[in-house]
Amino acid sequence: MPLYHDDEQTMLQDTARGFFDEHAPVSHMRGLRDAKDPAGIAHELWRRCGEMGFTMALIPEEDGGLGLGHVEAGIVQEAIGRNLTPSPLLATAIGGVVALRAATNDLRTEWLPRIAEGVAIVALALEEGSKHAPDQITLKACKHADGFVLNGAKRFVPHAHIADLLIVSARSSPGAEPMLLAVTRETTGITMRTQQLADASLVSDIEFDDTVVEHSNVLVPPRDTGALLEEILNAVRVGAAAELIGLADGAMERTFAYLRDRKQFGVEIGSFQALQHRAAHLYGEVELARAAVLKAQRELDGGSGDRSRHAMVAKAIASQAATLAVQEGVQMHGGIGMTDEHDIGLFMKRARVLAELYGDTNYHAHRLASVNGY
Amino acid sequence: MTDDLTQFRKETRAWLQSNCPLQMREPQTDEDLYWGGRDGAFANSAQKQWFEAMLSRGWTTPDWPTEYGGGGLDPERAKILREEMSRINARPPLSSFGIWMLGPALLKYGTEEQKRYHLPPIIRGEIRWCQGYSEPGAGSDLASVATRAEDKGDHWVVNGQKIWTSYANKADWIFCLVRTDPTAPKHLGISFVLFDMRTPGVSTRPIRLISGNSPFCETFFDDVVVPKGNLVGTLHRGWDVAKYLLGHEREMISAMGLGEVESITTGISEIDPLLRSQMALFDVRAAAFRACSELFLDEFRAGRAHPAKSSMMKYVGTELNKARHELLMSAGGFEAARWSGGSDAGASAQAWLRSKGNSIEGGTSEVQLNIVAKRILSLPST
Ligand SMILES: Cc1cc2nc3c(=O)[nH]c(=O)nc-3n(C[C@H](O)[C@H](O)[C@H](O)COP(=O)(O)OP(=O)(O)OC[C@H]3O[C@@H](n4cnc5c(N)ncnc54)[C@H](O)[C@@H]3O)c2cc1C
Repeated sequence: MPLYHDDEQTMLQDTARGFFDEHAPVSHMRGLRDAKDPAGIAHELWRRCGEMGFTMALIPEEDGGLGLGHVEAGIVQEAIGRNLTPSPLLATAIGGVVALRAATNDLRTEWLPRIAEGVAIVALALEEGSKHAPDQITLKACKHADGFVLNGAKRFVPHAHIADLLIVSARSSPGAEPMLLAVTRETTGITMRTQQLADASLVSDIEFDDTVVEHSNVLVPPRDTGALLEEILNAVRVGAAAELIGLADGAMERTFAYLRDRKQFGVEIGSFQALQHRAAHLYGEVELARAAVLKAQRELDGGSGDRSRHAMVAKAIASQAATLAVQEGVQMHGGIGMTDEHDIGLFMKRARVLAELYGDTNYHAHRLASVNGY
Repeated sequence: MTDDLTQFRKETRAWLQSNCPLQMREPQTDEDLYWGGRDGAFANSAQKQWFEAMLSRGWTTPDWPTEYGGGGLDPERAKILREEMSRINARPPLSSFGIWMLGPALLKYGTEEQKRYHLPPIIRGEIRWCQGYSEPGAGSDLASVATRAEDKGDHWVVNGQKIWTSYANKADWIFCLVRTDPTAPKHLGISFVLFDMRTPGVSTRPIRLISGNSPFCETFFDDVVVPKGNLVGTLHRGWDVAKYLLGHEREMISAMGLGEVESITTGISEIDPLLRSQMALFDVRAAAFRACSELFLDEFRAGRAHPAKSSMMKYVGTELNKARHELLMSAGGFEAARWSGGSDAGASAQAWLRSKGNSIEGGTSEVQLNIVAKRILSLPST
């Protein structure tokens, strides 16, 4: 099968780009930021994402979804990246869905239809520190008559403050298999402190203080939970990588347009070879990353044994390429690129956060070297 | 349809399993390549057996039309064959400028007679070709070639000099850019001609490289008579053929980026943790490049690729290969720098030095960046 998008995927790409370009361009994100919107997203837009089917790609048909794959989910994520659209789609429709569709209990039938409709929002509470380290789980889940009692904290959880459901990783004791719990935000014993990151996205630190979680809220996959956690992480890493590709495209389009328009020394600055070569190099880096992301999506969809490795590569290279795109973007815009009024700076801030999300380049390169045996 | 492809994969896998000698699945060095040609000799019987088996199915050129002896595979089947060959590390049975460069240009621009005359011997490895593009005064500025072809009625007489002509001393025929109209603007006075290297007036002189090898030559033409029928494409419009061919050449050279460094990583984190980090980052790029190469080949073979995208691929792939050899040298230390002694006397160092040519041959990295900037990114010219 050729690696490029088939006709239906190309159509979906046109639809998704058209939708986000029209309904949630960068000015939409700027508006939410400037209004200090407490939700940080537009709920109306989220509902329409459900109407458009954007939340449904990975949901099996029997659960009210479209039963498509990571290629399709990534196409939507890319359209979001191009427009810097604040959206809980990544954690909900990619991470949340991969988690919940593996559940062998009622969690699956309870939540998937509501995600499909664009009603429910899911947040992934998997981190406890400032750098991505999903294996470091100190949140403690102690056995209790009705299920488990949670004590501990999760940090920097995107969209947690508006989430209906939190998917939380915990351990019963240090070194034990991780557990995943699907907890509603209103559960007693949960407190949140919500803060803004540089890109104006909202993340929360979550305290669990004797939080009681019933058995029915324990995510029970057919096989071990550690493997499911890896599966969820693969999915959101590749999803975040797709968003980074969209972001890099958005930054490049603006930058290359500026190189064609802006004049100095009586000529377009894009005629200077020093800039041309950097622009062409950047284009190559983004193409490299684009292909790696596409490949990883395909490997996830095909269930290949090598999918974790491809996911690492995709996230590592997409973070790197998008970082280069925004750095060159700001530099090639000169003074105007440093202003809040110009959009290129917003791309830089979002790229910083996305590069960090679910593991940065170094994190994944290090892991890749380990699985490659050195 | 998918069933057919699955069946094809199954059959191909089985066929390769029984027809590809084990020796032909080991990593190869430049010396192990079979180039064919009038004087072509097989290095060993495994190489011969493998070549003949592949040829019997037309698989020295899997996706060329069967009427000339090619394999006639559609892009999907050709991809399956590539994947199955790479799965067992099967070597290409035949290395050939005829296959990589001239063939595609003849398939597009050649007359039926030219195709019938030239393609079968390329497919069968009987004629070895070399590329007469660069001249002492025409490198990056290739369109300024000065080698003259004077019209003498039923033939041309060619005079001039080419340089950096890879394997000119071993090749049977040359495809050559010559100036047929010195008065026209430089791109519009060039023609693309073919001739036998045994034609009187053709001589070559090998040039020694930093690697110590002499794979390329200066090539001199002194009143060389070339029949009119050996023109490919339209008179004075050889630049179109030249550029089309370069797209294929660049696609081929970009595959240099597919190499790995994994073999030399044992113990590296103790010996040099910084080198380990560099290698890890290299591995990320190398894996991404493999995906990029797969995507590009799929697009290229389906005729969907931007015509200048081969320039991007060539730039990225060759720079990656140079980085790979730097890492290999760094990991290998003095052992890798050894020029004599041992069984593989100087192989690492020679391969490292050879890799430096990747970003020069087929158009330099800087030239590829110029092309990408103008033709893909539409940046203004000066
Ligand atoms: C291993 C090897 C095999 C080869 N095989 C063949 C062959 O078989 N047949 C054949 O015809 N040729 C062959 N070549 C020649 C090759 O195509 C040329 O060397 C190449 O096109 C560069 O030309 P040049 O050597 O004249 O360098 P120059 O064009 O003089 O370039 C010198 C430097 O200037 C830079 N430069 C030049 N113009 C520009 C510009 N406009 N913008 C920015 N930088 C610029 C170049 O990038 C380079 O760094 C081979 C070369 C090598 C190294």
